[in-house]
Amino acid sequence: MGNTDTVIEAYLDNAATTRTSDGVARVVEEMMLEEFGNPSSKHTKGFEAQQKIKEATEIIAASLKVQPKEIVFTSGGTESNNMALIGAALAYKRRGNHIIASGFEHASVYNPLLSLEDFGFKIDFAPVDEMGHIKIDELLGMITDQTILVSVMYVNNEVGAVQDIAALSKAIKEKKKDIIFHVDAIQAYGKYRIFPKKEGIDLLSVSGHKIHGPKGSGFLYIADGVRVRPLIFGGGQQKDRRSGTENVPAIVGLGEAVKEIYTDHDAKAKHLYSLKEHFVSRIGEVEGAHLNALEDITPEAVAKTAPHIVSVSFDGIKAEVLLHALEERHVYVSSGSACSSNHPGISGTLKAIGVDKKLLDSTLRFSFSVNTTEAEIDHAIDSLKELVPKYNRFQRR
Amino acid sequence: MIYRALLIKYAEIGIKGQNRYVFEDALCDKVREKLKAVADGFTCVREQGRIFVSCPEEYDFDEAIAAVKTIFGVWAICPAAVIEDASWDNLTQKVGDFIEAVYPERNFSFKVEARRADKKYPIQSPEICSNMGGYLLERFPELTVNVHEPDVKVQVEIRTNAYVFTQTIPGPGGMPVGATGRAMLLLSGGIDSPVAGYMIAKRGVAIDATYFHAPPYTSEQAKQKVVDLAKLISVYTGPIRLHVVNFTDVQLAIIDKCPRDELTIIMRRYMMRIAEHFAGECKSLGLVTGESIGQVASQTMQSLAATNAVCKLPVYRPLIAFDKQDIVDIALKINTYETSIEPYEDCCTIFVAKHPVTKPIISVIERSERKLEGTIEALVEEAIKTVEIINIG
Repeated sequence: MGNTDTVIEAYLDNAATTRTSDGVARVVEEMMLEEFGNPSSKHTKGFEAQQKIKEATEIIAASLKVQPKEIVFTSGGTESNNMALIGAALAYKRRGNHIIASGFEHASVYNPLLSLEDFGFKIDFAPVDEMGHIKIDELLGMITDQTILVSVMYVNNEVGAVQDIAALSKAIKEKKKDIIFHVDAIQAYGKYRIFPKKEGIDLLSVSGHKIHGPKGSGFLYIADGVRVRPLIFGGGQQKDRRSGTENVPAIVGLGEAVKEIYTDHDAKAKHLYSLKEHFVSRIGEVEGAHLNALEDITPEAVAKTAPHIVSVSFDGIKAEVLLHALEERHVYVSSGSACSSNHPGISGTLKAIGVDKKLLDSTLRFSFSVNTTEAEIDHAIDSLKELVPKYNRFQRR
Repeated sequence: MIYRALLIKYAEIGIKGQNRYVFEDALCDKVREKLKAVADGFTCVREQGRIFVSCPEEYDFDEAIAAVKTIFGVWAICPAAVIEDASWDNLTQKVGDFIEAVYPERNFSFKVEARRADKKYPIQSPEICSNMGGYLLERFPELTVNVHEPDVKVQVEIRTNAYVFTQTIPGPGGMPVGATGRAMLLLSGGIDSPVAGYMIAKRGVAIDATYFHAPPYTSEQAKQKVVDLAKLISVYTGPIRLHVVNFTDVQLAIIDKCPRDELTIIMRRYMMRIAEHFAGECKSLGLVTGESIGQVASQTMQSLAATNAVCKLPVYRPLIAFDKQDIVDIALKINTYETSIEPYEDCCTIFVAKHPVTKPIISVIERSERKLEGTIEALVEEAIKTVEIINIG
């Protein structure tokens, strides 16, 4: 199969997960082997573990400019989203039963909302335009006196569309000031500096493994004063908000990951944007490639989108075929979103932003991290240039 | 554990004349191997048309029975208690204890059946039956005797030791794997072919398998699924040499040169040719497929004839007259169904025409195949040369 003399590995699936950083892996190992105490234990070993959690909490709180007590650790993004939506809906059900989300939510938002329908909540999904921006007037039009919760995605995981969170929050709260505003920031945290107080965010979901932290780590920011009914009951850890012995290695690892990602953050963001600019400037070399949710390939247009996600549709090739062909060249990407690609089905996001029906099944997501190099991107583009003409020749009927 | 012995009965092997001992030994070896995985301390001997397994003091009974039930050739399993001192008083006492332990509620009818393999034993079989019956009635007055249709048959066998058992658990039947020959299974990721492999193995046929992989059209997961399926059936069939053939270039050449509506038939003819090559290497006596008449376009009688025409070896199709539901039922029973329905595409479905031919004419197919001459030979050779062999089980 072609010339594979030079083995460059291009891991371009960082929106699915990232490589755990060396520093994180080291602290996780240390917490497992050395400081393995249960933070609830009364002896020194327990106290040490508790201190480590406290340090991690402080790092995270500082990154958001919030108070440490506003952070609850979870098992990751999915749990954070579940806790935020179900927990807030139950806590505020006396105020009303109406919830609004954006039209292209991740399954970890969409499915908890569907399950709330079984308990008498009414869910509406606000439409998005073809750049993936929520149509704010339509969202505002959906708000009723029953609306208790609005949930939006900071950065869409499939196409990298970014919402103007501060503007959304302002508009929503002007319409009805007691609405709880949840932001799924799983693809945004670590890419942007996010300040919940300034942007009017009440609940914010974050996942650790998208920012070189451990899998099974994450947190939910709960603004002081906002109530969230716990989903997990037990020994009353984390101030009764999330029981279960804290996953100390994951929490400490997450703290380390946050520290690393927000060190020299501007340089990191610049690096990611330069990668994306390079990618989109070359994608035209591939026959039949179309960029999604991007106005054009100028740096100005790229700057309006997330720095690490590019969605590309390819005429006449099934995404999965191209994905596997790329894999043979050690180029790793996703079709749709890796989290949901076990279910053969068409991406809700792509449909929501109006991608041509013929291309829904022909779309790949390329996503970068701070470790990604321009050489990897060149390798991916060169591979595409070779593979696309080979495989779009054979189409299914 | 009350059951310190398993009497394993086999059926068809009994009629195999001169070769009988080969089958019996094969079966005995298999029982030994399967029980070894359950616990140490099982010993197996062959005696008078049965296999006697003596069991260790402690073992997981359900696991042991489940293990023996995967062995083709086993007709029935009778879990028995062993009575070392067969003197009459002790024998009656122990048989009574056995009934007491196994049947906490004794509101059933019974009869006693005796077999006196040790002819030196002082009491003859009919007397054993009636005296034992009398003893049990006296000890458990709630029992009744019914010699025609008893609820429970209390079976007593007297050898060096005595054995008592009441249950006969059906085995899978068939013949010990390897006793009748060897064949090459065309294994896809679907529901049917693993069942076909199971069925042919039941008749004593050891199997190897060939899978056609078409990267990048089919994924690593699709291949892993086939490996998983081979593992699942190897519980019954024993070790399988799985041949993974990279079929992409052959397939693309056919798409390039031949009419699309004939694609599946021509592809299958090449699959048969390639599988037959590996069958030769494995000294197989035939090919095995999961085809069933009329199930899909490539399994009409005409299509089967067209596919069959390229084979020199006989093609065994154990499912040929089965309805889909019957096949699904077996797949559920042998635990392959859930793996088979994992949604990974196989190479037969990716390029399938909307309206494939259902009544192919062999001469027409052959004419289409002639367009491949000059290119296909090298591709087939390459596919054969680059085969990956995975030893399963």
